[in-house]
Amino acid sequence: MSTSSPAPQAVTTRLLSLRNVNKSFGAVAALTDINLDVAAGEVVAIVGDNGAGKSTLVKVLSGVHLPDSGTITFESNPVSIPDPTAALHLGIATVFQDLALCDNLNVIDNLFLGRELRPGRLNEAAMETRSWELLRQLSAKIPSVRIPVASLSGGQRQTVAIARSLLGNPKVIILDEPTAALGVAQTAEVLNLVERLRERGLGVIMISHNMADVRAVADRVVVLRLGRNNGDFVVGEVSPEEIIAAITGATDNAVTRRTAQIDLRSASADKGVTRS
Amino acid sequence: MITSTLHATLPSDLQDERLQNRLGLRGIIPGFLDKVRGGDLGALPVVAGLAIIWTVLQILNRGFLSSANLVNLLMESAAVGVIALGIVCVLLVAQIDLSIGSVSGLSSAVLGIAFVTNGWNIWLAVLLAVLSGAAIGWLYGQIFNRFGVPAFVITLAGLLSFLGLQLFVLKGQGTINLPFESPLVYFAQLAFVPAWLSYVMVVAATGSLFLVGYSRARERRAADLSAQATSVIAVQSIALLVGLGFAVWYLNQARGIGWMFVFFVALVLLMHYMLTRTKWGRSVYAVGGNVEAARRAGINVHWIYTSVFMACSTLAAVGGILAASRLAAASQSSGTGDVNLNAIAAAVIGGTSLFGGRGTAFAALLGILVIQSISSGLTLLNLDSSFRFIVTGIVLLLAVTLDSVTRRSRTSHGRA
Ligand SMILES: Nc1ncnc2c1ncn2[C@@H]1O[C@H](COP(=O)(O)OP(=O)(O)OP(=O)(O)O)[C@@H](O)[C@H]1O
Ligand SMILES: [Mg+2]
Repeated sequence: MSTSSPAPQAVTTRLLSLRNVNKSFGAVAALTDINLDVAAGEVVAIVGDNGAGKSTLVKVLSGVHLPDSGTITFESNPVSIPDPTAALHLGIATVFQDLALCDNLNVIDNLFLGRELRPGRLNEAAMETRSWELLRQLSAKIPSVRIPVASLSGGQRQTVAIARSLLGNPKVIILDEPTAALGVAQTAEVLNLVERLRERGLGVIMISHNMADVRAVADRVVVLRLGRNNGDFVVGEVSPEEIIAAITGATDNAVTRRTAQIDLRSASADKGVTRS
Repeated sequence: MITSTLHATLPSDLQDERLQNRLGLRGIIPGFLDKVRGGDLGALPVVAGLAIIWTVLQILNRGFLSSANLVNLLMESAAVGVIALGIVCVLLVAQIDLSIGSVSGLSSAVLGIAFVTNGWNIWLAVLLAVLSGAAIGWLYGQIFNRFGVPAFVITLAGLLSFLGLQLFVLKGQGTINLPFESPLVYFAQLAFVPAWLSYVMVVAATGSLFLVGYSRARERRAADLSAQATSVIAVQSIALLVGLGFAVWYLNQARGIGWMFVFFVALVLLMHYMLTRTKWGRSVYAVGGNVEAARRAGINVHWIYTSVFMACSTLAAVGGILAASRLAAASQSSGTGDVNLNAIAAAVIGGTSLFGGRGTAFAALLGILVIQSISSGLTLLNLDSSFRFIVTGIVLLLAVTLDSVTRRSRTSHGRA
């Protein structure tokens, strides 16, 4: 896909940058000296093994966790993000891995939670119309927006969470494993959406375990390993093997061994075919 | 072909082919059954329970459903009903306030001391009593938010401390009688809505129900959304008109409807509006459903808790004033005894979930009617309070069991 991510330009229009961010939970150092830059109109993928600290980084950026030390710069101003409201005010919208929806409320209420239209006398018709617009844009297959989100499937819930992040014109959107539960069409729709967001000049941070998705839409890949930066690649200039090596920390790892095995097996299977 | 014509005529929110059509008059009953099967019982259990209780009590004592007794029953419901309304709010955020009895007792003591002992202007005394309730709720909110002490413990401490404070400030006087000519006592004992005005109020209430429903439907139709057919709204309004009209006529055979009960219903309606049509109400339900999600959505969770505790103890203070006015006295025993238990039981029996995020303001109204009916019926049968406690306890247990069972059913039907 788009392989050209001109790094010099990224520096001039840098939206968000983190320097030496640390965060620990008791004895566990979840993040150690993390650096991260996101430019306007850039899609940055964050990859890493389970427990690498990706979601913790997301939570630091969205005001759920306070970092222990380090600086966050947003639009060239040093900022602190003490709570989720601060993040929303700055224009950082997040789709959390655990989605953070209220099961007892319906789809509309969840979409507009915290930014209802006409607070003193809710404008339900307008909110419902806007909800349908957003959901159709994501090709959501949701039968009714007036049923509690508890009755939605995992992927439908994920779509609701993504739709919610689009309300209120954010400047940076953070997606923590947005396509994990999605069907084929919805995944494609989310990837299209990410590209549209980039065209609109937003910064997008996307966390994913799916290398194909990452390579399809991301401009840069940032690898985290055991809570530390372990590589920052421009997508067009790196092979999947290099990324996997950075994720697992070695060229000889479970993934390469498995691929080698499969190669061997398919080679012998080919032989079988030719013999008969 | 069929689907394409369907799509052309259906409003934009009903186009999913998996949706069954529940529009119009014919959709009322199937739609209702859908909800009940899914475990969304709404007011059904408490209304059914009330019908059963009334039938049984009427069979046991012919006087129970007499106009005079019902008039009295409604008057007796108002004070504790107002307190139960506050409990509905705290239960919605999955918290509890055990100190409402003590706060209501303290509030009546404050009223008595300021108004009678110190000769203050009566409305100033009322204001002071109400504000003391609000201040207590604010204090609870601060302790809850700052230190994370469970509300159960904070308000248990409040129960003891404010009871102690009430006993202390009334020491030496024991009971303060409110003068019979004061407007409060008149309001709570003798002020009844004139018959003609009661009918005007019924017509106004149903008329505004129709207008609200109609204008909402029009707003939705203008936005190309499905809306209730005017015929449905009309049928609902007419049913309400007939039902309320009959009730009011029946009550007017005796003294009629007390203003104090009207005041209680007005508070219920106001709370209903606040909970369903304002941002604050949405936030209350959100906090009760998933605090962390509410926080991440940018809701000021601390303020929601504080405001809910304040609403609860303010309403408890108002309930205390009403109770003192009804008795024409504030005493060391005001707000003690079963006030606490009845108010909490009323909210739960009315259908407010103990698990948070589920319930309506009407729960307070329906729940207190159940409790007061049991109390009044057993008094008519000359049974003492021991029986009242037993029966109320059983009804409460039934209500909570139902809550737990429907919660399970909701989970399996995806309406958790
Ligand atoms: N609230 C918390 N309290 C204590 N430890 C935590 C907390 N949140 C995360 N951690 C720890 O921080 C580390 C990083 O967790 P994190 O959720 O950021 O991983 P992740 O990269 O998102 O993993 P996954 O791919 O599984 O989502 C883990 O070791 C985890 O145990
Ligand atoms: Mg994670």
